[in-house]
This record gives sequence, structure tokens and C-alpha cells, in this order.
Amino acid sequence: MNQYLLSTWAVADAVQGAPTSPEEMQAFMQRVIALEAEMEEAGAFAFGGALHGPDTATVLSSSDGDVVMTDGPFAESKEHIAGFYIINAEDLDAALAWADKVVAAIQHPIEVRPFRATGRVADQMPDA
Amino acid sequence: MASRQPDVSEVERVFRDVSGQAVATLVRLFGDISLAEDAVQDAFVVASERWQDGIPPNPAGWIVTTARRRAIDGLRREIRGRELLSDVAWAGSAADVYHQEEIDERVVKDDQLRLVFTCCHPALRAEHQIALTLRLLGGLSVDEIARSFLVTEAAMAKRLVRAKYKIKAAKIPYRIPSDADLPLRLRSVLGVLYLIYNTGLDDPERAPLRAEALRLTRSLVGLMPAEPEAAGLLALLLLNEARVGARRVGDDLVLLRDQDRNRWDRALIEEGHAIVRACVRRDRPGPYQLQAAIQAVHCDAASYADTDWQQVVALYDHLLLFLPTAVVKLNRAIALGEVGGPGAGLDAIEATAAELDGYHLMHAARGEMLRRLGRFDEAQRSLERAAEMAPTEPERRFLARQIRTLVIADTGRPGMEGVEGAPTLEGH
Repeated sequence: MNQYLLSTWAVADAVQGAPTSPEEMQAFMQRVIALEAEMEEAGAFAFGGALHGPDTATVLSSSDGDVVMTDGPFAESKEHIAGFYIINAEDLDAALAWADKVVAAIQHPIEVRPFRATGRVADQMPDA
Repeated sequence: MASRQPDVSEVERVFRDVSGQAVATLVRLFGDISLAEDAVQDAFVVASERWQDGIPPNPAGWIVTTARRRAIDGLRREIRGRELLSDVAWAGSAADVYHQEEIDERVVKDDQLRLVFTCCHPALRAEHQIALTLRLLGGLSVDEIARSFLVTEAAMAKRLVRAKYKIKAAKIPYRIPSDADLPLRLRSVLGVLYLIYNTGLDDPERAPLRAEALRLTRSLVGLMPAEPEAAGLLALLLLNEARVGARRVGDDLVLLRDQDRNRWDRALIEEGHAIVRACVRRDRPGPYQLQAAIQAVHCDAASYADTDWQQVVALYDHLLLFLPTAVVKLNRAIALGEVGGPGAGLDAIEATAAELDGYHLMHAARGEMLRRLGRFDEAQRSLERAAEMAPTEPERRFLARQIRTLVIADTGRPGMEGVEGAPTLEGH
């Protein structure tokens, strides 16, 4: 089994096509909840959720042995990751089939990207 | 063994014919494209020595067996390889389809189809799909592909490495798509083959790509005989190919209207027509079949004036249901100009003008309709815009001639109705 990141992006803090009215919001939530239940049922759901905005981010970096903390996100870019799923899928076609459903539910483009290592690093280590 | 000695080019030709299917089988056996590609390449080196005495009766089987042996030898030399080998312990028996007297046609065909769909997977960008298709299915060398796409061999090699890396990392499956996915996936395959063909138009350096596209499309039709759109693409390519020789005199473009129809290749036209008729009988229309049918109407006509333009317009109307693009609307508008006169044609062209403002053939067609309406100043401005935007030197020269004609004479000079054969959709 392989794992894929399905991520969605916000531009300048706003997700295009995001629900605006309470009714739209409710319908949106219902679609997302139904989809996540379906993923869970199929054993595809590993983890996922929506993120708070980039203003809530903190960046840590190492400088001469000291850890320096900076308020704000990594890049000054207008685009930031807004939410993601990590799914288990047999291959890209299976991941794309889930991605299709995510797009239908959230009505926003998503990026599908394979993980280089799957699961915990320890699982990847050869037997000692 | 054949009794006479084959020459080098014959060995190369036979190798190229079977290399795609050999790579396809090796990918199935070892689950790794680069490994399959290298092993088949090694087998070719061996073949170019051994086949000097005669090409074996089953060259595909010979290449697969040799390549498989090479791959296993290579894998045994490395630890990681030995792990992989235990995974493919069954590989030996699966390869035995080639040792049997009767090759299992179905298995071999499925291998090839799997490779077709992997190379043309819609998750790969078009230039990567094309490079993979020509390299793995067509058996072209990296250098040959690089020359056809006007990049260095190193750049093309890098492109192939990137494409194969994505297939491996993202786990693009090596599989024939399910019935539900097939229409979308097949469209992607046909699009790649059509692009390869069109890249081979109008540049003698790239002409071999046309033959390659035809060969691969023929092979696809053999692999998927029940798919009318694959047959439709083959017919479209044949009908375009039949007229390639008449599209130029020297370095100059000749429009459909002015082409010497005696120079059209009748054998290719007949083959194309037969496929179009079979498609009509099958009655499962699609965009490639309809484009082929339009070209069939042109090929049927003894002259430009004799063309059944009503039928052409009707076929474009049908095509618009599948492919509602501005370029198809433009081509329909030009055909409409032959049925309802230049006023009707111009109105229909204007409806596409905003969307196609950056497309030189829209301005060229508009200029021609304006010329026929006697609106010479406007015609000249349109043709000048077309000339500014034209992507190739022959097209620029052609449009410059049109403008000169317009300035010198009033009317009655050869026009450019023939622009109807826009190269993006159909050959002249």
C-alpha cells in the first residue's frame, strides 16, 4: 500500500469557491463528512483536515546551533496549504479516484503527491 | 533461420518493429521500465551481431528471451537486485509464452496495451507522454527523438528520466484501464499519437514522426479493434498523409483549393475511406471519426468547387457536439462561407474572433472573407495581423503573397478558402 498527500491551497487566505452562506457551509460539511466516512470505510483514510491560516504559523530554523523562531509561514507567497488528506492507495489511479471525489466534495483544485517513505521512518529501517 | 544475409538497416527495422512489444513484456516481468528498456537495448546489441547470419523466425521472442536473460544476470550482480529477483521468481514461466510454438497473442497484446496506457497516462505532461511513447513503444533512440523535437540529446534524456521517475514514484499503474476509465484514457493515447503525427508535418527534418505515428496507430487499432475512435484516428492520419505531397511546391505552401489532386495518394485515400465507411456502419461516432469523415469528403471531391460543402458543414455541426472548441467553430465558419457566401462565413468567423484573437488562421480566414466581400482595406489589415503571428516561414511567405495580390488587383485572384484545412485540425 502506498500513501499520497491530497492537498488544497488557499490564495491570500481565501479558498476560492469556499462556501459563503450558512446553508452552503452546511451542505459543504455534509459532503466532506460523507466522503471521510467513505474513505474510512474503505481503509483509505490515514489522516487529514483543514488548517488554520498562515498567520498562525511559526517557523523554526537552526542558526549556529541556536534554534531561531519566526512568527509567520515559510514563504512570503500568496498561496498556502489550506488542508490535506493523507490516503492509503494501491497506486496512482486509486489515489486519483479518491482525488476526484475530494474535488467534487470541496469544489476546489487539489494536488496529489506520492510520499517518498510510507508511514513511520522506523518501519522503513531494515531488520537489525 | 533465413538463408540470405540481412543488412544492417533490415536488422534495425525488425528490431524496431518488435522492440515495443519486447519492452512491454519485460516491464510486466520485472515491474521496472528503465530495467526493461536497458535489457532490450542490450539484446539489440547482441542481435546486431548474431542476426548478421539471418534474422530468427520469431524475432520478438528472441529479443524477449535474450533481454530477460541479460536482466536477470544484471540483477544477480547486486544485492538489491537479488531481492527484486525473488519477487519476480514467477517471471520465468510468464516469459515462456514466447517459447511456445504458438505465441499467446492475447498476453502479448495486453502487455503492449498496458505500456501504451502507462506512457500516455493523463497524469504525465504531453511532452513526457510523447517522449515515452516514441522511446518505449516506438523503439526510437533518444537522439532520434531529440532531433525531432529540436532539443539536445542530453535534454531529451533528462526528460525521459523525469517521466520515468514520476511513473515509479507516483506508482502510475501498468494496467489496462477499467471500462469506466477507458474513454478518458484512450482519448489521451489518441491525442499523443495525433500530436506526434502533426509534429511531423511541414518540416522535412521531422517527417519520420508521421510514419512513426501511423505505425503506432495501426498497431493500436490491431490491439483494440473494437474501438471506433482508434480506427477514426487511423483514417484521419491516412487521409492527411495521402495529401502531404501536394501541400507544398518547393518550400511554398499550397492550399487545399489549389492543390494538384493528381498528386494525392489514391491507395492511402482508399484505405482511409474504407475505414470511414466501416465507422459509419458501426455508428458510434466520436471526434476523430468525424474529423476523418470531413477529410474523406475533401478527398472525394474532384476539385475544390466540387466539394460537398453542405456535407462538410453538417459534419462540423456533429463534431461540435463532441468538440465544442473555437477552432472547430472557425473551420465550420470557413466551410459555411462556401455554402452561404462570404457574408455568412464572416459572421460565423466573427463569433470566434474574441477567443481566437491570438490564432493567425482566424485572421487569415477573416481577411479572405473580407476580400471576397470587396472590403479590401479591412482584408489587408486582417491578413497583415495573420502574417505577423504566423508561426512558420512558409506561412508568412504565403500570407505576404496574399497581401500583395490584394494590393495589386481587385478581385478574382486565387483566394485562401483553402485555409479551411487548418493544420491544427486537418491537413491541407
